[in-house]
Amino acid sequence: MRDRAVRALRVAVAVAVLVGLVAAPWTVDDYTVALLARTLALGLVAVSVALLTGVAGLPTLGQTAPYAAGAYAGAVVGGQLSDVGPVHLLVAAGAGAALAVVALPLVLPARGVVLLMITLAVGELAVVLAGRWTSVTGGTDGLAGIAATRPLWGLPVLATDRARYLYTLVAVAALTGLVLLVLRGRVGLLLRAGRDDEARLRASGHRVAAHVAGVHVAAGAIAGAAGSLLVTAQQYVSPADFGFDTSALLLLGVVVGGTASVGGALVGAVLVVAARDWLFGALPGQAPLVLGLAFVVVAHLLPTARRTRRAGRGGSATPRPSEVRRPPAVTGVRA
Amino acid sequence: MPVDPYVVPAVDGVAYGLLVFVAASGLVLCFGVAGILNLAHGTLFAIGGYTAAALLDGGWASLALALAVGVLAATAAGALVAVLLTRVAAAGHLTQALVTFGVALAGGSLLVAAFGPDDPPVRVPAALDGSVAVAGHRYAAYRLVFILVAAVLAGLLHLVVRRTRAGMLVRAAVDDAEMVATLGVSPAVVRFGVLAAAGALAGAAGVLGAPIIGPGPGTADAVLLLSLVVVVLGGLGSMTGTLLAALAVGQIQTLGVALVPSAAPFLLFAAMAVVLAVRARGLATARRAT
Repeated sequence: MRDRAVRALRVAVAVAVLVGLVAAPWTVDDYTVALLARTLALGLVAVSVALLTGVAGLPTLGQTAPYAAGAYAGAVVGGQLSDVGPVHLLVAAGAGAALAVVALPLVLPARGVVLLMITLAVGELAVVLAGRWTSVTGGTDGLAGIAATRPLWGLPVLATDRARYLYTLVAVAALTGLVLLVLRGRVGLLLRAGRDDEARLRASGHRVAAHVAGVHVAAGAIAGAAGSLLVTAQQYVSPADFGFDTSALLLLGVVVGGTASVGGALVGAVLVVAARDWLFGALPGQAPLVLGLAFVVVAHLLPTARRTRRAGRGGSATPRPSEVRRPPAVTGVRA
Repeated sequence: MPVDPYVVPAVDGVAYGLLVFVAASGLVLCFGVAGILNLAHGTLFAIGGYTAAALLDGGWASLALALAVGVLAATAAGALVAVLLTRVAAAGHLTQALVTFGVALAGGSLLVAAFGPDDPPVRVPAALDGSVAVAGHRYAAYRLVFILVAAVLAGLLHLVVRRTRAGMLVRAAVDDAEMVATLGVSPAVVRFGVLAAAGALAGAAGVLGAPIIGPGPGTADAVLLLSLVVVVLGGLGSMTGTLLAALAVGQIQTLGVALVPSAAPFLLFAAMAVVLAVRARGLATARRAT
């Protein structure tokens, strides 16, 4: 009963948010539109987080690393190649995927909390790197004065906040649609099967390691593309865009949206980030405190987190005692 | 190459490494015993650091007071995290991450509200405020004493985990929580105790290490990152491995930066990549062997 109510509420909220996103450029002021464009880029990163965490069962806190790589690559390399948006997107996606490939040896053998830990370390190190590699990234001052991009060859540059927002919206919609389309087929089935029962999938002859590697690289490419959209939207990039709190906000958005739902993650992240931006305006001093309490409250209220865990344990209807808490030895831990 | 200019950074690295070890050991305990990634760990360290900055006035009594207050406050915060987590114990690790991050965010905000947004200065006891001669170099006396104290702490921790009944229960809970439960010891109690003990360790590290890694709005994040890197490098749960990794990270952060300043931003990343690439197979087999 409660589940059905939550699902109905989710659908209603999702429709309202999507309608609001499309109508926004004509209904709210330029400043809000600029904020929303940045929020949409974060929503696309949330899509990559949901792809890994919800669909493939690989929890991650480190998608800010390919996001940052994409943003800087799109701004530095893309800016020198051409001023056309899709070129920047491709370069940024390539950079995100390359970073994911570099991180593969670290993430491939890990699952569960170990993976959360390793991805968090990778993400944080990437931000530290962005802050210190001043010759390329401009350090903590960031890269300012990034040239405006063209949405396609031959079109005028994106000069207004509304134009940049619409470009971001179209790109995010296209990429999210692509992910949803791919997940409808065999790929989606294989990823979900790997999440639900990895040993069984491996026993029936599937190369699970290759699936895991593939989904990591794909998620890295999506997050990288989102980085390019961020640069296009705010024409400025600094390590503050990729901090630890960004990863945590994304995770909250993904959980709010229903962990296994890619579209829900987009809506959830947009809601959470918009609420954050609104809070910082409404309660300048107390925003982190309120946000922190919101994290704790949401974690206690949402039924999703509990459901997905049980679903992720092989789908048995009655959880055995051993399933309530994963035996620690699975994580390879020795005190 | 003359060795001489690198003695001071090398000794600094030992002090830094031991500090990171004391901070990270709490994270290892939480992670190893309870399977909990406590994202509020850096905040617990910051509580100790702010306590030291507020209470230290240059005398020994104030150091003892700061240590007592800092450890108590951080232990209480660790216990609060444990209570909040018990209510969502059945939920997955994503929920745990959300709860602990929420505590970190709210706690950091409260600390800034209470102590201001600047990095407060920390006064070490007057007797240790000078410098002493080490192999012909002047070196801060506090750091030398800190090396000794931290080494003693590390030894004590080893003894507690290896030799006492509490340590045995903790290790038993790591290997088989259900078997410990059948012996009449609630794993929930063990978990609560471990989270509180981890808080105490972080608080002690925060107070004693305040002159080395000072309190400030960025401290919690920095300490959490360093601890995470050290725990991952140390093999995710081994105390000895964590100690070695912490000492290595200390040297990378001080000696490495002194030797090759241009590569400094990449050193920590590179070290993690190299060690994990070498160890990855070992980690993976340890995990699959169950």
